[in-house]
Amino acid sequence: MSFDLPWLPGGTVYGTLLNFRREFDLWAPKMAQAPYQAAPKAPVLYVKTANTFAPRGAAVPVPGEVEIGATLGLVIGSFESNEAVASASQAQSAINHEVDVLARVAGCVLIDDLSLPHASYYRPAIRWRNRDGFLVCAPAVTPLREIDIKALKIEVRVNGAWVQTVDLSTLMRDAATLLADVSAFMTLQPGDVLLLGTDCLADGTRPRARAGDRVEISAPGLATLTHTLAAEVSAVRPPQGAKAPSGGSADTPVRSVGAYSS
Amino acid sequence: MKLARIAWAGAVHEAIESDGQLELRTPAFRGRRLSFDEVVWLPPLAPVPRARTVLALGLNYADHARELAFKPPEEPLAFAKGAASLIGHRAFTVRPDGVQNMHYECELAVVIGREAKNVKKGDAHDFVGGYSVANDYAIRDYLENWYRPNLRVKNRDTCTPIGPWLVDAADVPNPMNLRLTTHVNGVLTQQGTTADMVFDVATLIEYFSSFMTLYPGDVILTGTPDGVVDCPVGSVVVCEIEGIGALQNTLVSESNRTPSPTR
Repeated sequence: MSFDLPWLPGGTVYGTLLNFRREFDLWAPKMAQAPYQAAPKAPVLYVKTANTFAPRGAAVPVPGEVEIGATLGLVIGSFESNEAVASASQAQSAINHEVDVLARVAGCVLIDDLSLPHASYYRPAIRWRNRDGFLVCAPAVTPLREIDIKALKIEVRVNGAWVQTVDLSTLMRDAATLLADVSAFMTLQPGDVLLLGTDCLADGTRPRARAGDRVEISAPGLATLTHTLAAEVSAVRPPQGAKAPSGGSADTPVRSVGAYSS
Repeated sequence: MKLARIAWAGAVHEAIESDGQLELRTPAFRGRRLSFDEVVWLPPLAPVPRARTVLALGLNYADHARELAFKPPEEPLAFAKGAASLIGHRAFTVRPDGVQNMHYECELAVVIGREAKNVKKGDAHDFVGGYSVANDYAIRDYLENWYRPNLRVKNRDTCTPIGPWLVDAADVPNPMNLRLTTHVNGVLTQQGTTADMVFDVATLIEYFSSFMTLYPGDVILTGTPDGVVDCPVGSVVVCEIEGIGALQNTLVSESNRTPSPTR
C-alpha cells in the first residue's frame, strides 16, 4: 500500500469509551450514582458509521467546537470465531494470549475519532459522534509486528502547537484484552476496526478545535494523520456569494468531506 | 413489489414474490419459480460499497416506554449497530446459556433509497427505498447504563433477523398505520400499530439527516411497541407487519447452534 493513497475502513468501526486510566479514575466517583448505578463491566462500545469515514487531509465540517479523539485503530484481518479467541485466551499464558488474540489484527492505524462535547455517557451519543467526517483516518495501515502498542505515545498538535500526548501504556484494557473481551460477545468481521479509546487531559476535558484549525496526529512508526476543520454549511443553503454561516470562525465553508459524496 | 435475497443452487439470487412463490431475477435463472421452502433466506438488502449503517430506536412507542418504566424521550433515543448482526428469515438466533430475559422486538425497518442529508420531514418519504420487518432482539441481563442500550445487549451475532421481503415504498401508501404482531409458538404476545410511534418515519429521517448523511441501503429500525416477553430456547418467533411480511426466527442454545432445520 502506498503512503500516498488514502485509507478508509472497509468494515464497521467500533469505538471504545472510558478505556484510559486517567478518565476512568476521574469518572469513578460518579459511577455508582444515577443514572449509571455501577461501573461498566463489559467494554463500552459505540459504532462510527460509514458517513463518518474521512481520509487524511479532509476538511471536516463542524458546527462549533469539537473534541479531538486521537486513537489507534486495530484493523481486523483474519476471521476466527468468538469461541476460538475466548477459549484460547482462557487456556493460555498471558504472553500466548496476546499473540493468539492479536493474530486476528492485520495492522493498526492512527485515527481522529471526533466528537461534539457531551457530558453524559448514559445514552448513545449518535448526534455527537456520528456526524459526517467525524472519523478521520491516517493514510496507511502499519503491520502489527512493526509496532509495540504498549510503548506507543501518540502526539496531538493543533495548528502546529502540542496539545496532548496519548500514552497507550495507560489503557484500562490493553489491545489484546479489549479484543478478547469484545470478541466474547460479538464477532468482529475482517475489515472491521476496533478503536482503543481516546484519553482526556488532566482536567477531564478533551483537546478542542474549531473551524479553520489544522489537526496533526502522529506516532513513531505510523503514518501521520493531518486534517482540517471547516464551518458546516447550514441546512438552508445561503444564496451564491453569501457569507459563511455564523457559528464558526471559518474561512471557506465546505459541503462534503469528499469521502463518499455521490 | 416484494424483493427477497436468497441462497439457492450454490449462489445468491435476487427474487420477487409472485403468487406465493419466489421468482428469480438473476439472469441465469430469470423467471424460474421456487417455493419458499426450497431456499435459504438472506437479509433482503443489496450489498453496499461501504459498511452499512444500521440505526435503531429505543423507546419509540409510548406504550413500550411505559412498559419499561421510562418517560417517552424528547429526542429520538438512537443507537447504531454493526450490519454483521443481521440474519435472514427462517434463521436461528443464539440465546446465550444462563440468561434470564431475552426478548424479541418487532420493528418496522426503513431502508433508505436515496442519499439523504438535511431532508425536511415533508420530503422524507421520497428518500425511502422500501420497508421490511426486523426483530431487534435484546438480552436484558447484559444491560448497563453506559451508552445504554449497550452493544453487548444489542449488537450480537444472529440477534437481528430481518426480512423476508423488502417491500417497495411505493407499495406502502401509509407506513404510519400498519398493525404489528408477534406470535411465539403460535400464541399472540405483542400487538401494536406504527401509528403509535413517538417519532414517525419522516421525523426520524429529518432528525438523522440533519447531522449525518444516509446512503442507499442504510437501515433504520424504528422501535417496538409493548408486549415483549422472554423467549426460551426452541421458541419459534414470528414478527409480522401488515402488508410488509411475517419474519420467522427460532431460538437455539449456545451448546446446540446447528439444530436440524424444522419447517
